[in-house]
Amino acid sequence: MFIIGELINGMYKEIGKAIKEKNKAVIHRYALQQINAGADALDVNCGPASANPVSDIQWLVETIQEVTDKPLSLDSSKAQVIESGLKVIKNKVIINSTTADQEKMEVLVPLAKKHNAKLIGLAISSKGIPQNKDQRLELVAGIVAYCLEQGFNIEDLYLDPILMPVNVAQAQQKDILEAIHEFKIISQPSPKTIVGLSNVSQGTKVRSLINRTFLVMAAAYGLDGVILDPLDKELMDAAITSELILNKQIYCDSYLDAYRKK
Amino acid sequence: MATELMLEKWSGKISTVTIGATKAEGGTRSHSIKIGGEESLPFLFKEGAIPNKPQVAFEIWDTIPLDWPDELNKEYSDCYADPLAWAKKCVETYKAQSLCVRLQGAHPDFGNKSSQQEAQFIKDLLKTVSVPLIIVGCGDDAKDNLIVPACCEAAKGERCLIGSAVQDNYKTLVAAATADGHNIIAESPIDINIAKQLNILISDMGLPLDRIVINPTIGALGYGLEYAYSIMERARLAALSGDKTVASPFVCFVGQESWRAKESRVSVNEFPAWGPESERGIIWEALTATALIQAGGDLLVMRHPKAIEKVNKYIDELMKHS
Repeated sequence: MFIIGELINGMYKEIGKAIKEKNKAVIHRYALQQINAGADALDVNCGPASANPVSDIQWLVETIQEVTDKPLSLDSSKAQVIESGLKVIKNKVIINSTTADQEKMEVLVPLAKKHNAKLIGLAISSKGIPQNKDQRLELVAGIVAYCLEQGFNIEDLYLDPILMPVNVAQAQQKDILEAIHEFKIISQPSPKTIVGLSNVSQGTKVRSLINRTFLVMAAAYGLDGVILDPLDKELMDAAITSELILNKQIYCDSYLDAYRKK
Repeated sequence: MATELMLEKWSGKISTVTIGATKAEGGTRSHSIKIGGEESLPFLFKEGAIPNKPQVAFEIWDTIPLDWPDELNKEYSDCYADPLAWAKKCVETYKAQSLCVRLQGAHPDFGNKSSQQEAQFIKDLLKTVSVPLIIVGCGDDAKDNLIVPACCEAAKGERCLIGSAVQDNYKTLVAAATADGHNIIAESPIDINIAKQLNILISDMGLPLDRIVINPTIGALGYGLEYAYSIMERARLAALSGDKTVASPFVCFVGQESWRAKESRVSVNEFPAWGPESERGIIWEALTATALIQAGGDLLVMRHPKAIEKVNKYIDELMKHS
């Protein structure tokens, strides 16, 4: 499972403050903690409070690159913020994300191609959030078709079915799981799949339990990547163990530690 | 229609282990050998680099091997009484590029040589031959914990390959190999889970993963070869997919297993249909070796010079396609 640590996000109080005060030590600490906990890549999001995300993202990218060469996921709904981050990127990069809207893909797919980046494509468009599996499939089929047309390597495309909080959209959860499986048979070679995990438990009282239960189930449906809080130890243990059950890792007595040190 | 080859893309790589240190590297060896470094499954040159060819080491003992069959005795019995002469014969007559010396004479049941005696023997051996050395203990844990550290010290700086660390007895051997600049053999009983665990335990002690060689334990042709093959293949697939904890080169003790097989020992009088034993044992050893090379074997410890000659030819033929 490709694990992207979600904690460097201006939405969190400590990170928001660090961005504002340009406090590198806090960013360094969060970067290293997540990597030591087993993250393969780090999400970078300036958050809603950033007054100047175009320059803030550059500061974040440069600050993180001082302590790690792990891939960075540039996370913004604004293409110009992602473009700005790409200007200073040295590590491998993931563009997070494009929607299924033509005008968005027209900017981000060529950028991803140019920077040899992986690209996250969301099953969502300006028309709204999908309400069932077929709508999800239709939206991502549009993304896959556009990427193929542009010659973007489909194996670098991560499709996100868009998780809905279980307390809001209980009836959709099974649809979402099935969509993960069906996204993978849209084309050959297959695109990859990813979820922003914490959405599923939004507003509930037992967030960690719901997150890890969903993740293990999604893994069984073929999920390739996930954006999550790697400092949630039980969540990471569950993710690592699901790989073991699916025979993607070789068992040994220290498999949990071994995975984190990889 | 032209056939298009489906090529696998791998993200991982086997670590490269160097055995032997030349004068420039702080030792006294005439050359060093490198094993591992593969970026693809064996000999799929189009899928990734295979920078180092498999190596064959001649196995010698520090004492008379009582249970070796006549076919081997014919080659070596003239020097059984003098292991240094045995080593010299392998290097000078048979052109061995490396030697694996088993310190069987230290075993409580086979001579019980002391650690001082074994250390002196290693010192003499290093003076007698200049090829890289693989040094393995007698297999008795308590005794190995005495003789192996003494031999490590006697060969300090020569970057030998030392064995064998096992799950229940690795700390003393690993500490000695680490302190004196050697590589270690991590041995597991045809068990991928233990192989992985042992590599983790050893690297946790501070010996880097690129100084570990896995001995997966093998069976000869007809005696579990396929189990060893599948374990090695599984480890290789995981390593090439990015699991560094199993990304070590393999050493296979081919001679030891092949010459135990009934097929390589019994005489033609007993089994007329099997043909002369003078050819059979050599074929058994060579075939076991070539199969394991296809499973990813990087270092093969072998016994019969004719089998080794055949296997070296086979390796050179395969490497022509690189």
